[in-house]
Amino acid sequence: MPLRPFALSFASVALVASLGAQEPAPGVRIGLTYAPGTRPGLYVLPLRGAGADSVRAIVARDLDHGDRIAVIAPDGGVIPSGPLNYALYQRLGAAAVLQMTMPGDGSLQVALHELASSTVRNSQRFVLPQPALGPAWRLAVHRVADEVERWVTGQQGVAASRVLFVRGGTLWQVDADGENAMPVPGVGAALGPAWHPNGTVIAWTELGDGGSRILMRDLTSGRTSVMSGRAAANLSPAFAPDGSQLAYAAGSDGTDILVRPLDGEAGSFAITAGQGSTNAQPSFSPDGRRVAFTTSRLGRNEIYISDSDGANPELLTTSGFGDQLYRSDPSWSPDGRAVAFSTQIEGRFQVATIALRDRSVKQHTSEGINEDPSWAPDARHLVLTSNRGGSRQLWVLDTESGRMRQLTRGPVARMAAWGPRLPAAR
Amino acid sequence: MPHHLPRLALVAFSLLSVACFPKQDPSTSPEALAAAAKAKKADSVAAVQAEAARVAEAARVEAAAKAEAAAKAAVAKATADSVARAEVITRAITATRSTFAEMIFFDYDRAELSVESRETLEAKLPILRANPGMRIRISGHTDERGSDEYNLALGQRRAAAAKRYLVSQGIDEARIDVVSFGEERPMVEGSDESAWSQNRRDEFEIVVGGDAIRVP
Repeated sequence: MPLRPFALSFASVALVASLGAQEPAPGVRIGLTYAPGTRPGLYVLPLRGAGADSVRAIVARDLDHGDRIAVIAPDGGVIPSGPLNYALYQRLGAAAVLQMTMPGDGSLQVALHELASSTVRNSQRFVLPQPALGPAWRLAVHRVADEVERWVTGQQGVAASRVLFVRGGTLWQVDADGENAMPVPGVGAALGPAWHPNGTVIAWTELGDGGSRILMRDLTSGRTSVMSGRAAANLSPAFAPDGSQLAYAAGSDGTDILVRPLDGEAGSFAITAGQGSTNAQPSFSPDGRRVAFTTSRLGRNEIYISDSDGANPELLTTSGFGDQLYRSDPSWSPDGRAVAFSTQIEGRFQVATIALRDRSVKQHTSEGINEDPSWAPDARHLVLTSNRGGSRQLWVLDTESGRMRQLTRGPVARMAAWGPRLPAAR
Repeated sequence: MPHHLPRLALVAFSLLSVACFPKQDPSTSPEALAAAAKAKKADSVAAVQAEAARVAEAARVEAAAKAEAAAKAAVAKATADSVARAEVITRAITATRSTFAEMIFFDYDRAELSVESRETLEAKLPILRANPGMRIRISGHTDERGSDEYNLALGQRRAAAAKRYLVSQGIDEARIDVVSFGEERPMVEGSDESAWSQNRRDEFEIVVGGDAIRVP
C-alpha cells in the first residue's frame, strides 16, 4: 500500500506549529520542542514478517486518522539493523520513531523511541491472532495503533472500534478505518442502531408493514430479544452508560421517551410527557445522570436536556439559529462536554456542536447536506451522513481540525452509530 | 306283420287327409276380407293419425326452437343486463375504493390537517359507515429532509392526526390502525419540492372487509 500521503503531513507539522496553540491538546507527552496543539512527528519504520507491510500500513493509517500525530512513513525505507540513528530521524521532522518487529511467534514487538531524550519510551509485545490479515488480526493491529497513539499523545486512539449503520434497509457494520464493511447477519429491516457500552450488544428499530419495534441482539451468542411492542411507533433506542437500561421513543400519537431495564419491563418509566408532540432520540451523558433528546413540544424541533428521570427539562439549543426551526439527532460526547446535533441552516442540514458549559455553538460542516452525528469514543471525532460526494455516505469529521474523511463507499449509507473501543477477546 | 297294416293304413289316411284338404286362404275368406277392410281402414286412420302427429311434432319442435331462442335471448339480455349492472357496480366499487384510498398531504415538518385534507377524510366517512366490518390502516410518511429517526415519529403523528379526525366523526377507533414509515417508503423519488410535497402524506389501506366492500 502506498504511504506517500503520510509523508505530506511532515510539512503540516511545521505549518500547524507556526499557527500557534489555537486548540488545547491535553496530554501531549512527547516532543517537548512542540507547542501544545501541534501534531508530533512519528517516523514509522518498515518491518519484516508475515503481513509486515500491512501492519505498517494499518498502523500508519490509523495514527493518521487519529489526527493527533503527523505520521512519517515513506514508501520503502530501510529496516535499520543495530541502534537507531536518532539524529537522522530528527532531521526528517520526527519527534519519535515507532519500531515494530515480528519475532516469528505470531506476536508483534513494538517500541517507541523518543528522540529528544534518546530513549525507548515504551515497549510492549502484542499477540496477533492468525491468520494474518484476518478480521481478528486486523483488530489486534488497530489496537496496537490505538496504544501507540496513547503512548505519544496521552489519548488512546479509536481504530479498534466499529460503526453500525443502515444500508439498503438493513444493518451494516464497518471498521473505523473503512475496512470490512458487511451486513450484520439475519437482522432484516432495520433503522437507527445503537451500541451497548460493552461493544457486544446492539439494539435497533425494526420497521415492518405493521409498525416498528425495538430489538436487541447479543452479537456473541446471536440471541435477539424484543424490547418493545409493535402497536405504535417504537424508535431510536439508546443504552444507558452503565449498560443496565435501554431508552427509546414510543407512542401512537406523538412519542414519549421510555426507559426500561434490559432484563425486564418491570421498573419502566417515561421521562417525557409529550401530549401529542414528538419526543425521541435520547442520548445519555457519560455519567448517566442527564439525557439529551429531540422534542417538538415548542411546535418546532429542538434539543432539550433533562435529568435522566425526566426532571428539570430545559431547552439546550436556545438561540443563534435565526428562523431555521429544526434541530435534531443529539449525541452527547463521551467526555460529557458537548452535544453534537443536526441543524437546519439556509434550508440544508449541517452538523454542529454545543458546549454544555457556555452553550456556545460551533458549526462544523457547510458543504452539501450533513446530518445525524455520532461521537467516536475519543470525544473528538464524529461519524455523520453527508451527500458531499454525490450520494449519502458516512464520513468521519475531526471536530478540532475540521478534516473529513470518507468512511463508506457504495450504496447509500446512513444512521451511523460509533461503537465503543472493542474488547480484545472477540 | 299283417296285423300292423290297418294301423299303417290309418296313419296313411290321416296323412293323406291332411295333404288333400289344405286350409282355405284367410285373405280370401269373407272374414279375412272383412278384417282386411277393417285393417285397411285402420291403416288409413293410422296414417292420418301419423300425419297429424308429424305435423304436431313439427309444430312442437318449432315451438320448442322458438322457446329456446326466446330463452336464449332472454338469457342474453339478462346477461347483458347483469354485465351492465356489474359494470355499474364495479365502477361504483372502484370509485368507492379510490375515494377511500385518496391520500392527504402535509406541510413540511407539520402534522396538522389542512382544510383540503379534512374534506378528503370527510368523503371517506360514508364508506366507513356503510361497511361497519371494515378495518383500515393509515400510514404516515415524510419527505427525505430532516432526521431519519425523527421522521419516523413525524409520520406517526401524521397518521394519528387522520385517525383522530375520523374518530371525532364517530368512527370506532378500534377499526383504525396507524403506522409510520417515516421517509423510508417515498412515493416519488427526487430531491425537489415536487417530490417532497407528494411524499409528505397519509395513505389509506383496507385491512379487513375490502373484498366485499359496500357502496354507500
